[in-house]
Amino acid sequence: MPSGTLQIKAISAHSGPIPGQGVQREEDVCKYIDVTTCIGCKACEVACVEWNDMPFQQTTFDNTYQTMPATAWNYWNLIKFNEHQRDDGSLMWLMRKDQCMHCEDPGCLRACPADGAIVQYTNGIVDFQQENCIGCQYCVSGCPFDIPKFNSSTKKVYKCTLCSDRVGQGLEPACIKACPTGCLKFGTKTDMRALADARAQQLREHSGFANAGVYDPPSVGGTHVIYVLHDATKPEQYGGLPANPVIPPTYTIWKRAAKPIGLLLALLAAPVAFFHYVMEGPKEPAP
Amino acid sequence: MNGAIERFDDRARRRVGAYGRTMVRENELVRHPVYTRVLHWSVAIFFILALLSGFAIYSPWLYRALTPLFGGGPTTRLLHPWFSLGFVIFFAFQILNWLEPMTWTSDDRRWMKQVKSYVTNKEPVEPEYVDFFNGGQKLYFWAIVASAVVFLLSGFPMWFPKTFGRITVDIGYVLHDIAALVMLVGFIVHLYEGTGAQPGTFQAMTRGTVERRWAWTHHPAWYRRATGRDPRTDYEQARQRSSRPPDPTARTDLK
Repeated sequence: MPSGTLQIKAISAHSGPIPGQGVQREEDVCKYIDVTTCIGCKACEVACVEWNDMPFQQTTFDNTYQTMPATAWNYWNLIKFNEHQRDDGSLMWLMRKDQCMHCEDPGCLRACPADGAIVQYTNGIVDFQQENCIGCQYCVSGCPFDIPKFNSSTKKVYKCTLCSDRVGQGLEPACIKACPTGCLKFGTKTDMRALADARAQQLREHSGFANAGVYDPPSVGGTHVIYVLHDATKPEQYGGLPANPVIPPTYTIWKRAAKPIGLLLALLAAPVAFFHYVMEGPKEPAP
Repeated sequence: MNGAIERFDDRARRRVGAYGRTMVRENELVRHPVYTRVLHWSVAIFFILALLSGFAIYSPWLYRALTPLFGGGPTTRLLHPWFSLGFVIFFAFQILNWLEPMTWTSDDRRWMKQVKSYVTNKEPVEPEYVDFFNGGQKLYFWAIVASAVVFLLSGFPMWFPKTFGRITVDIGYVLHDIAALVMLVGFIVHLYEGTGAQPGTFQAMTRGTVERRWAWTHHPAWYRRATGRDPRTDYEQARQRSSRPPDPTARTDLK
């Protein structure tokens, strides 16, 4: 389990070195979600709201069992329901706990232009630092999972912290603690991945789910929240989980390479003008 | 052009013009009336504010240096679209004001073909056909117009991302950057041309006047229209009167 400190690994829009980088090695943490044993009780939703001291609010009924259509700035954890009809005509109730995936390569952090508004700890947790957030919402368009949510009155963006405050003290996240079925587990990435693989194998071999598998998308470097799905070939049916989540090239190639090169080229105009003056001199009114 | 816009524009010109005046000294011509000057500097102030607040967010290397100018990151982000809106509104008036002298003509194509001689100060005076604005000035103007349109179209999705959606914001982000870089290059060249590169130019935008010899040097066709005199003849006469070396067209390069 992680130690009592949270050492930062990556800082958004930070131009200098990262303080204390590499002085200690920490285990990557991971949240394990087995959607096949989730009963949709929403205890995790309540635990999240309680621990993070957010107000209970009226639910939005839209003919599903979902609390509301999507996560909100003050509602970070939402069970998504989907009535899924299988090929043989039988019904399946798919329930997926939707929250921040804590990507190893976070699109939000890449997109963020504010120094220190988003940090990634060495244990893999991606955390928003609202005091540094400028409310530009680039993270919203940088996230392939539609997780960061903007609060228009505070002009800040919020999302699941993976209970970094609890994890930093050696506790598991609130949602994990509340889960009554054991479909949520928390530990190191290696352990959780092994557990997920074993469970997926069990589903394939003993429960008739030939396509069962683990959702840990490599396109974002893997995630620190992983799912065991009955059908890993069709993640979209679990409340719109993207099969191939990608960070928009706007925040990768463009931001990393084109922008600094473009700026340097544009600023070249200044020395060019200066040396024009030195070499050609001013054009005086004649005579 | 739309009659209603023209009238509105004209009223603004009359109103602003009524408050100021342009002192014309001996051997000077009025280059930019009060209205044009007020617009230019209003555009300039908002442009620089938008530029600094925009580049603060543009790059992590500039973030720490530029955001304190506006009271920190959040206020920089908050103010930037309003600065930009100020720029766009005043610049819209300037576009209406300058639509006619900024119209691209075949003379500007000719000017562009000899731009090398302009840059290297080959000739003491500009070609006879150069009117109120030369091809380079028009190119800068229309580049700013184009960038301003791109800014406006890409800026609103970035301002209200929820209304426009992810993809629009992503594309807008890239277009906004390109427009910013085009403007930055143009702005640097504009600063240089308006100050160090051509002595006597800056006062055209402050006091509003230029010397007659400045006019026949840089804008001979305009000189002809404004004074009814031949720029080349006046230049030759002034050259004979002056105590400078007999032939200033011959550059004394001591390389």
